[in-house]
Amino acid sequence: MTFLNHLISGVSLGSIYAIIALGYTMVYGIAKMLNFAHGDVIMVGGYMCFCATAYLGWPAWMGVVLAVVVCTALGVVIERLAYKPLRMAPALAVLITAIGVSYFLQNAALLIWSSNPKSFTSIISGEPIPLFGGRLSISRITIVAVLACVVIMAALSLFTGKTKMGTAMRAVSEDKGAAQLMGINVNTTISVTFAIGSGLAAIAGVLLCSAYPTLMPTTGAMPGIKAFTAAVFGGIGSIPGAFLGGVLLGLIETFSKAYISTQLSDAIVFAVLIVVLLVKPDGLLGKHVSEKV
Amino acid sequence: MKKTLSMLLAGAMLATALAGCGNSGGETTPPADGGEAGGTSAAAFKLGGTGPLTGENAIYGQAAKHGAEIAVEEINAAGGDIQFELRYEDDESDAEKAVNAYNTLKDWGMQLSLGSVTSKPCEATSAETYSDRIFALTPSASSTATTEGKDNMFQMCFIDPAQGVMAADKIADKKLGTKIAIIYRNDDVYSSGIHDTFVTEAQSKGLEIVSDTTFTASSATDFNVQLADAKDKGADLVFLPIYYQPASLILSQAKEMNYTPKFFGVDGMDGILTLENFDTSLAEGVMLLTPFNASATDDKAAGFVSKYQEKFGETPNQFAADGYDCVYAYKQALEAAGATPDMSASDLCDKMIEQFTSITFDGLTGTGATWGTDGAVTKDPAVVEIKDGVYVTM
Amino acid sequence: MNKLKSYAASKRGRDSLLSYGIVIIAYIAMQAVIAGGGLSSSLKGQLVPICAYIVMAVSLNLTVGILGELSLGHAGFMSVGAFTGIVVTTALADAIPSAPVRLAVAIAAGGVIAAIAGVIVGVPVLRLKGDYLAIVTLAFGEIIKNVVNVLYIGRDASGLHFSLLSQRFELAEGGKMIINGPMGVSGVQKISTFTSGVVLILVTLFVMLNLINSRTGRAIMSVRDNKIAADSIGISTTRYKLLAFVVSAAFAGMAGTLYGMNFSTVTAAKFDFNTSILVLVFVVLGGLGNIWGSIIAAALLTVLPELLRAVSDYRMLIYAILLIALMLFNNSGLKRRIIEKRGLRQMEKLEKADMAGKGGA
Repeated sequence: MTFLNHLISGVSLGSIYAIIALGYTMVYGIAKMLNFAHGDVIMVGGYMCFCATAYLGWPAWMGVVLAVVVCTALGVVIERLAYKPLRMAPALAVLITAIGVSYFLQNAALLIWSSNPKSFTSIISGEPIPLFGGRLSISRITIVAVLACVVIMAALSLFTGKTKMGTAMRAVSEDKGAAQLMGINVNTTISVTFAIGSGLAAIAGVLLCSAYPTLMPTTGAMPGIKAFTAAVFGGIGSIPGAFLGGVLLGLIETFSKAYISTQLSDAIVFAVLIVVLLVKPDGLLGKHVSEKV
Repeated sequence: MKKTLSMLLAGAMLATALAGCGNSGGETTPPADGGEAGGTSAAAFKLGGTGPLTGENAIYGQAAKHGAEIAVEEINAAGGDIQFELRYEDDESDAEKAVNAYNTLKDWGMQLSLGSVTSKPCEATSAETYSDRIFALTPSASSTATTEGKDNMFQMCFIDPAQGVMAADKIADKKLGTKIAIIYRNDDVYSSGIHDTFVTEAQSKGLEIVSDTTFTASSATDFNVQLADAKDKGADLVFLPIYYQPASLILSQAKEMNYTPKFFGVDGMDGILTLENFDTSLAEGVMLLTPFNASATDDKAAGFVSKYQEKFGETPNQFAADGYDCVYAYKQALEAAGATPDMSASDLCDKMIEQFTSITFDGLTGTGATWGTDGAVTKDPAVVEIKDGVYVTM
Repeated sequence: MNKLKSYAASKRGRDSLLSYGIVIIAYIAMQAVIAGGGLSSSLKGQLVPICAYIVMAVSLNLTVGILGELSLGHAGFMSVGAFTGIVVTTALADAIPSAPVRLAVAIAAGGVIAAIAGVIVGVPVLRLKGDYLAIVTLAFGEIIKNVVNVLYIGRDASGLHFSLLSQRFELAEGGKMIINGPMGVSGVQKISTFTSGVVLILVTLFVMLNLINSRTGRAIMSVRDNKIAADSIGISTTRYKLLAFVVSAAFAGMAGTLYGMNFSTVTAAKFDFNTSILVLVFVVLGGLGNIWGSIIAAALLTVLPELLRAVSDYRMLIYAILLIALMLFNNSGLKRRIIEKRGLRQMEKLEKADMAGKGGA
């Protein structure tokens, strides 16, 4: 029974990581950049939903909508101002700029919402659902998070696989220059990618804060790094990989805390990651690119 | 091409370095805002402190700074002989930045120091204040290493081991629980400091520690495993030597899993009731050691709380109260010593060492506070229980 | 003597000598300013950290710029060096009374242990590529932080005692905890000086410049530019990758020791992902593979947040904006135009000078 309990909390944590990782991987797959500011967009999403529900008294769903709208816009603005001028620059230059954006968002949030933590009201209310006659319980937010995660993954797979925009994205991901020659507007495509990635970040932020109801300017930083790890774990750029990586990371973290040591759980998570990458150097579901001369 | 860039950068560096020198030479560049509070009359003691004003620990630094600002404003407005000029610098809760911040304050001409707000940076700055002979009274850096071997470093808050012992004694004496679980943060000096002495004291008092689990900064959101461990081992009291923000998560996660032990916190737990949007019913029955009670009704505390709320729009926590008390303790000691602002920092340092080991101070965070030569404070901690959303003294 | 002369006459040799010269002149100038009392305590306090960050940046530049592999865990080696140095200096406090000698021994020890850590990390890491390699270095950095955090080392009359996870040893009378788990290190005797920092920079420069300009250095760069081509002409890519990585780790360790011995307290949490990123920012901003760029960027970006104290609450916000602006400027058409204009003139000058130099030799 204890095992099942840990399994539930592991999946719950993992599904949150997975949603964040989906946004990461989406942007990486198409724009080929590690958007380190992703975690901080999550934080902005959390604050938006918080402001809507706590200050303006809006219903929860409107809070989610506001968060998605604001973050989508924010994502597009960040891309236009900070990343677009660097499209021809080396990948590392973009990485550092992303870190700058991350600092910027954190410190702007600190000035706007102050350093005091805020307690987030979960968007899903209600008692946990008892299982096996009350010996186990599963919280409603866990169910919502897992469902959201699966739906988002399926939708993203369909979008990139079936739609015209999705095809354009895959083309840009393969070869920017060739895509442009084929009449694809690379800039628009990348902007749309950022819009989608940031919209996902908003949803991830709301779910993260609902599951772990606290909100600070640095709320997104750690989950951001963990989710980045998860995305690489699953094979960065791969949508099912991000899902798998996220859930596995949550499970490994929970089980190593439960059965090995809470003091060393971080080290264990990263050690497992290293071992997996040594066996599968492109992540669990990553595409292997063979080297050519 | 690269060379040109280097040259450009070098030029920029030279310019900034010169600007830095200029600052030190001019000496009177005031901070744009926030850094200073109250009037800046010529005859004022220059009081400086460092604390995390940005970054993840900003809550503590901002609170201590705001508390001290209110005290300085009150004192300066009252217009007595003792006037203060206060300046707080950001240290991001990092030892290196704290030393930088301290040096900036030294360039400014700081005469009396408020140390640093958090423990590790304060250990670093206290080594500097010790060698520079500037007296320091920290509002909230509570590790023993902060004051160890430094005759001019004093604390306003309890030292960590003292809290561990007090908590264990209280639990044993009042028979609050027999099977104890502890959840603490093992990459934090404050939390592990309290934890270690608590464990020793609890064992000698015959308390059984059935579960002892940790978390770190990077895993400070999910406590299901730790709580499940405590629940499985039948712990009837969970000791939380941590700050209120992770504690609020622990309380809500315990509720989700229908686990209802008693919770016992330390002074870091103070603030949980004023956590914005927090469902205070979760904290019902939580016990904590706290030197400060924001819902207290005496004039002093109520006046402070209302002023703080008016000025900063938030309810003060114990860090704010500690910052406030530090300034008043300085005022009392300076008056008793007959010190004047034209004295040098090292003269003031000798006078303050003399005064602080002899005065008795009544503040927001406890009455009848006295200091030993080791710099640690002795005052009565209140153990309170949260009932209907307010502290009730036990 | 002749060798030295020809070294001085070659372009590379001249550049290297010029580099050492600039560092020494900068040092003398700084000392003069300090002696004249013209330097604020704030800047004076930052001299040693600046030296440590310079060495960090130059060493990371070897991995990122010269070898071409992204490392996000460089601070882990700094941590290893810092804690090794503290243990060594505490253990040798009686054996070696002279502080500079003790510091030198500690720095050497910090470098060696960090190099060993570099081998342990490098062997698995360097089998990977690109972002996967980056994330594994990040993982190792976090593991090092986590392990140091549960490390207990104490010293008493009978020698050093170690334990993991909790303190499992009792110290005899008069014993002292050196590393006390999560509480880190307290009460370190500060023995790092600006002079020692500058000496370390010179040593780092000497090794780096000679390495880059040697056959080995060219082999490392060939691995960066085209691994397959390098492989095909018989360069052992694994060996050179590991060599560069380990040298880089060793210098990070030395920088760590210098840094650790400058503060009375150090914790494992200081050397986290953010510190690794900070150093990476120095390297990228200074220009990949550009040693002088790293040095200047490290010094500039360490001082910058301190200069921004005047704007108090907005300090880190402005720092972030400046960082983004610098990156954008660094890669913008504006800079290219400025450089092209100046570059043309300089190139002409250089060519003239080069001709004259050749004529002279």
